[in-house]
Amino acid sequence: MTAEAGSPPDYARACASRRAAFVAGMRDSIGSPALVLGASFVGFGSLLYELDIGLWLGYLSIVTTWALPAQVATVEMFARGAPLVAVFVAVALINFRFLPMTVAMLPLLRQPGQRARRLYLLAHFIAVTTWVLVMLRGPEMPPEQRRPYFWGGVAMVIPAALAGTTIGYVAAGAVPPQVTHGLIFLNPVFFMLVLLVDLRQRARAYSLLLGAALGPLLHDLTPTWGLLMAGLIGGTAAFLADRVLSARDVRRG
Amino acid sequence: MRETSAVAEASTSLVIVILVGALATYMWRALGVALSGRIDPDGPVVRWVACVAYAVLAALIARMILLPVGSLADVPVTSRLLAAGIALGAFYLTRRHLPLGVAAGGGALTLLSYWT
Repeated sequence: MTAEAGSPPDYARACASRRAAFVAGMRDSIGSPALVLGASFVGFGSLLYELDIGLWLGYLSIVTTWALPAQVATVEMFARGAPLVAVFVAVALINFRFLPMTVAMLPLLRQPGQRARRLYLLAHFIAVTTWVLVMLRGPEMPPEQRRPYFWGGVAMVIPAALAGTTIGYVAAGAVPPQVTHGLIFLNPVFFMLVLLVDLRQRARAYSLLLGAALGPLLHDLTPTWGLLMAGLIGGTAAFLADRVLSARDVRRG
Repeated sequence: MRETSAVAEASTSLVIVILVGALATYMWRALGVALSGRIDPDGPVVRWVACVAYAVLAALIARMILLPVGSLADVPVTSRLLAAGIALGAFYLTRRHLPLGVAAGGGALTLLSYWT
């Protein structure tokens, strides 16, 4: 989630060509972004092993979805026997963020002379890691080099995710069950802490609190739809509460 | 031990579930490309759905800790809550160092799992 890229290179010079931009993208992703991302997939691999799901299905999930929280949710809901429509709605809600993320990033990448259609392929590989890098470094480099820069990052983080998943899968089968418990536990802990990194927005903080409180309660009521109801009720209540409080803040000046 | 055919059947249905999840993800990416420059990424509808997304994720996390699938359910709920608390403590004590916080949570659950 962090975008520390070591010493800041001079992008106008470092990216003298499209190939140099690709290499710069690889270099900026190979350190802590790829490491943190790869490590975050270890828990996913362990969860697959625990649920007796083949490693290749984890790889399939990575290349077709490429969004870890939704991948974990998909596997978790499958293990609970949730209906397809519940999986679709839950993943659609969890991954809605890709709409505003893509909308915000595309003006940097849309250039005359570069094929617009290829952006539909590129968008499939947007993840928080590469998104942060392009938003941060993209404006500093010539427009035609931003896409190769992005692809250079992708070329690093996808193998990191595949490697992390493999490590988690193999480790879960090789260590004592107590350690496997710890490995599977990495998933909820990782998401919990990632969400807490950015709590300054009141609406988000309320959404987290209400969702966490309503989730288990509504799951007891209806295991199939509890997750979605918790999201819709908790998220909407948080959004409305924030609007009311913001309006009050404005009136008070 | 499950029958081979049952495993194959479960794999087939999981492939379908994965592809449905992939579709639910890609539609937003494609829509983002199509609508780029035409909608405000900070508009009220976007902010509302973002709130719902946060709440769904929070509900999922709470469910994975309190009502987990698989063998994690054999670990007492008090151990799971304690390990989550230790992760939170380590995270904030290290000025929000994500890898340290996550490692503390996994390590704490492993130790508690030996202990109980």
